[in-house]
Amino acid sequence: MTIGTVAFFIFSAAAILSGLMVVSSRNPVHSVLFLICAFISASGLFVLMGAEYLAMVLVVVYVGAVAVLFLFVVMMLDVDFVELKQGFLNYLPFGGLLALAVVVELILVVAVWALPSDAELARAYPFMKASETVADPAGPNNIEALGLILYTDYIHLFQIAGMILLIAMIGAIVLTFRVRAGVRKQDAGVQIGRKRKDAVQVVKVRTGEGIPG
Amino acid sequence: MTIGLGAYLTVAAILFAIGMAGIFLNRKNVIVILMSIELMLLAVNINLVAFAQFLGDLAGQVFAFMVLTVAAAEAAIGLAILVAYFRNRGDIAVEDANLMKH
Repeated sequence: MTIGTVAFFIFSAAAILSGLMVVSSRNPVHSVLFLICAFISASGLFVLMGAEYLAMVLVVVYVGAVAVLFLFVVMMLDVDFVELKQGFLNYLPFGGLLALAVVVELILVVAVWALPSDAELARAYPFMKASETVADPAGPNNIEALGLILYTDYIHLFQIAGMILLIAMIGAIVLTFRVRAGVRKQDAGVQIGRKRKDAVQVVKVRTGEGIPG
Repeated sequence: MTIGLGAYLTVAAILFAIGMAGIFLNRKNVIVILMSIELMLLAVNINLVAFAQFLGDLAGQVFAFMVLTVAAAEAAIGLAILVAYFRNRGDIAVEDANLMKH
């Protein structure tokens, strides 16, 4: 057994166990932490498959942003999570059976999956030799290769991804924005539009009488 | 022994099934439902990267990249809706979310 094989079993076992803990944990904070563990294990699997860039993106984007967002929301909402957990055991037989059926079906599909031979690969990709399809140590590394196709062949996809993120950002701000009453804010227009007669009153003060009123 | 495509696809299938079961088991807790959806998207990503690697076509990794983007947007919007819902209702019990019916 090579070290890659051992690493595969460790990462996949960690991913599956933390996935189970995500759905069965009593406290949602623990669920989020196990979700982070599942993401890190999956990024280990990505590294084993040679997708280093996606592994780093998974750690930075998911663990650094999405999971922390989940943690923030779980801690911000003041909810009785024990009450929400009720009914878990009622749904367990049905949900477990369904999950078992799905996993058996998917594994049956996987079991008969055969990679095409070199000849079939050559027919599918006529301009690429079969030897080029595996990682070439002399060739561009993963991030270079990904950049070479992401900014050329898939430039529209890349720009659409940017638009999706922009729309998501605007949507999240619009959904959670609220105007609070009674908050004193600086209003530059009012300040600039202020005239002398609105603010200053000239009063003639007679000696010994003071200001009337 | 070497780790082939089937091993990665099996791990992804198990993770996907766990995510699906999580949606059924935590029907009241919408936060855990969102986390289960993230698990399912992660499983899909593992599938895409595995096929990209074993078929020698980087397009799969580009699609995994897109799935990551959409999943991040979905999480942000979903949690924003959740916060807005909690502000209006005071709880997040999704089975009581039937105002539109009446």
